[in-house]
Amino acid sequence: MARLKINGQVQTLDVDPDMPLLWVLREQLKLTGTKFGCGIAQCGACTVHVDGFPVRACSTPVAFAEDTEITTIEGIKDGAGQLHAVQQAWIDHQVPQCGYCQSGQIMSAVALLRETPNPTDADIDAAMRGNICRCGAYGRIRDAIKSAAAQMPAPLVETGDADNG
Amino acid sequence: MGKWTRRGFIAAGLATGGVFTVGVALREGHRAPKLAAMMTDECESLINVWVKLSQDNTVTAIVPHSEMGQGVFTSMAQMLADEMDADWTSVTFEQAPAHEAYANYPLGREFLMGGTTVPGFVQDSLNGGFLRIAQAMSLQITGGSTAVRFTGQGGMRVAGAAAREMLRKAAAKAWNVSEASLRTEKSYIYHDASDRSAPYADFAQAASDMAPPTQPTLKTPDQYTLMGTSVARFDIPAKVDGTAQFGIDVDLPGLRYAAVMGPPIFGAQVETLDTSRAAAMRGVRQILNEGDFVAVVADSYWHAEQALAALDIRWTKTGREQLNQAEIYAQFRADMALAVDKGDEKTDIKIGNARKALATASKTLEAEFTLPYLAHAAMEPLNATALIKDGKVDIWIGHQNPLAVRDEVAGLLGVKKTAVTVHNTLLGGGFGRRSEADYPLMAVRIAQHVEGPVKMIWSREEDTRQDFYRPATTAKIMAGLGEDGKPVSWDYQFVHKHDPPEASEIPYAIDNQLIHYAETDNPIRFGPWRSVDHTQHGFFIEAFMDELATEAGQDPLAYRRALVADKPRFVAVLDKVAEAANWGRTLPEGHGLGVALAASFGTVVAQVVEVDTTGPVPRAVKVWAAADPGYVVNPDGFIAQIESGIIYGLTAALYGDITVENGAVAQSNFHDYPMLRIDEAPEIEVVLINSHAPLGGGGEPGTPPIAPALVNAIFDATGERVRALPITLSDGGAV
Repeated sequence: MARLKINGQVQTLDVDPDMPLLWVLREQLKLTGTKFGCGIAQCGACTVHVDGFPVRACSTPVAFAEDTEITTIEGIKDGAGQLHAVQQAWIDHQVPQCGYCQSGQIMSAVALLRETPNPTDADIDAAMRGNICRCGAYGRIRDAIKSAAAQMPAPLVETGDADNG
Repeated sequence: MGKWTRRGFIAAGLATGGVFTVGVALREGHRAPKLAAMMTDECESLINVWVKLSQDNTVTAIVPHSEMGQGVFTSMAQMLADEMDADWTSVTFEQAPAHEAYANYPLGREFLMGGTTVPGFVQDSLNGGFLRIAQAMSLQITGGSTAVRFTGQGGMRVAGAAAREMLRKAAAKAWNVSEASLRTEKSYIYHDASDRSAPYADFAQAASDMAPPTQPTLKTPDQYTLMGTSVARFDIPAKVDGTAQFGIDVDLPGLRYAAVMGPPIFGAQVETLDTSRAAAMRGVRQILNEGDFVAVVADSYWHAEQALAALDIRWTKTGREQLNQAEIYAQFRADMALAVDKGDEKTDIKIGNARKALATASKTLEAEFTLPYLAHAAMEPLNATALIKDGKVDIWIGHQNPLAVRDEVAGLLGVKKTAVTVHNTLLGGGFGRRSEADYPLMAVRIAQHVEGPVKMIWSREEDTRQDFYRPATTAKIMAGLGEDGKPVSWDYQFVHKHDPPEASEIPYAIDNQLIHYAETDNPIRFGPWRSVDHTQHGFFIEAFMDELATEAGQDPLAYRRALVADKPRFVAVLDKVAEAANWGRTLPEGHGLGVALAASFGTVVAQVVEVDTTGPVPRAVKVWAAADPGYVVNPDGFIAQIESGIIYGLTAALYGDITVENGAVAQSNFHDYPMLRIDEAPEIEVVLINSHAPLGGGGEPGTPPIAPALVNAIFDATGERVRALPITLSDGGAV
């Protein structure tokens, strides 16, 4: 039995511990927004967050994800069902074409902005080069990440000893 | 239904719930045997509905195309809604084959399938617009960049205009005023003189009794309100929150999963199959030896894959076990040379006397080129779900030609076409691969052995190794230049001619041309790949034109421009791209600019690449494109297609290389068949030109110019010619 916390909900499942998280999400939990692309962590279509970090679900045995917080594309809207700033930017920039890779792209972008609220081009390259888009929406992805960064509320700044008035 | 005065024409009617419909209709007993057969097979009258107006005043466009990323649902609805003066905020779409009510399939699809010529009844009852649909009918349903230029132009716009005319006529009658005194805007009809207005829906019933116009008046570009604007795509919101449903996402009660393996060497059959290890594995339900492939059916896809890997399969010999890529290229060249020697090659184009002109030219130049096999590598691995029950077959699939799927499945099982229902989903990329019927047929063959529905998913490895590949090709071009440096002779030889037939034509004014080819054995299966033969010819022609310009000592852009001086659209794209790229400027060390020009699927495109050759792999820093598709219906959507075509072609130019080793495709996944990634992607700037020429396509024309523009830029930077792709493997063009 595997006990998983996915998008805030605890699920107990009778699965083979070696089974990749991807297939547990897609087949058992019907969370089909996470996609199968290559099976060897080369394309990023299956990107989900494990404790906030982007991982490739196709190559993550479900046993490794126990006792973690797993977030999928279905879980990144806020509590009121409002789109995440990254999702909204994806619409504003009309990023998706076929759309198949975009769940993974968005999950990688959300994770990037959590770590690096104002990413440089080099930051974007480093965070996003694991995600292939065969429709070639890379320019729009870059632009959308920058606008999402501009839209997102500034992270809470730790109040320290500095002169923060 | 509406009035039936001829055997095929615009028809209108009122459906359940007071829904006013307008579309193309065919009447039983028409003369085209193929269509007549469909009628008796399926229904009394065949209706191809393009638009529905509901009682709540919403307008629904029925789109007979597949959505594979090109935004077709939106552009089709946009064309219809503009002609109808519909309120865009209440316009939606339905995909034609996904709905039982339209399962008779549109008129167009049957033609698309069989390549039937335009039947007489269409010609004599429908002039103009509908003939354009007929032209599209000889092409694939979603492919050949046909949607906007044929279905949109000839179907959507005409149906929208007809609906508006009929509604206006009904309103004029109801209010007892002249039609000319009425105006239409945002799904309302206004009679300003009496300050009356009413929603379209109020006249739905009355309009359905009006005789449909045979030739509704279409708007002129100055009257467009939606066409030419970048309305947001319908399909995007579902693609950012994981709710978009692709074929692979289909779920059904009791669903089982199948993993498959085809022969590593095409044509081989299973000789022996040892299932002893696999059969005992967890979750495994069935192991199927289908002769030309093996399938494992299991409770989960992962279990099916694990068991598939545990099978011991021996395949029969095909005689190609020793075949390698170098021999394939050598065979292509030898077959072409032999054909030319014997004079039995096929002549494609002959103008003047190229050989004689070559012999007397002041300078001559010759080059050989090589292009590899390419896989499509759509992001969504091929898959299909099938259920055979009570003599009926249901298939859930993302496919470019659902009608072909229906017909092929009916043929395979020996059932009537009406027993087969194709549920067409979104496509996670198509690029031509999803126009082949192999994978739905495999799913159906598996389903024949399975109780309940079964979803067959290909691994990425199968997707890479069991493709219908863009053919590898070799070419040789010889040209003679006159005193002024302009070409006087063009002798162009290549192997393999497929589609479209005009792809080998050159746009340049050269008095003597001999374009000829040989068909030669192709040991792996081939199929259409984004822009089809234009990918090869675009590369050969444009890379060589650059060599001619250098030989003539002229600027490559100006050299081309002079040779297309009689073609204003070609001149315009060159001028625009030169301006955008600031052609001729001083560049950083190791950088170069290259240009290429190619027209395909009715759209003329010029591209300039700035390359940086200082790194280990040449990097396209920026690409400028100028494109003239006649008229751009949705500018942002069109730009996205050009951007996409550039990245697709650039990926192939840098990395794309499917090779045959020991008879089998050597590559298997993205580690050995690499894709361009975001850190290597150029900035792209697209300039659009509305020349008002007949509409061209958007999905494919961005691809052909990018590879030659890149190699031409590399020459500009390094002085080295690249005559073989991919660039990362190129030895500088030695053959």
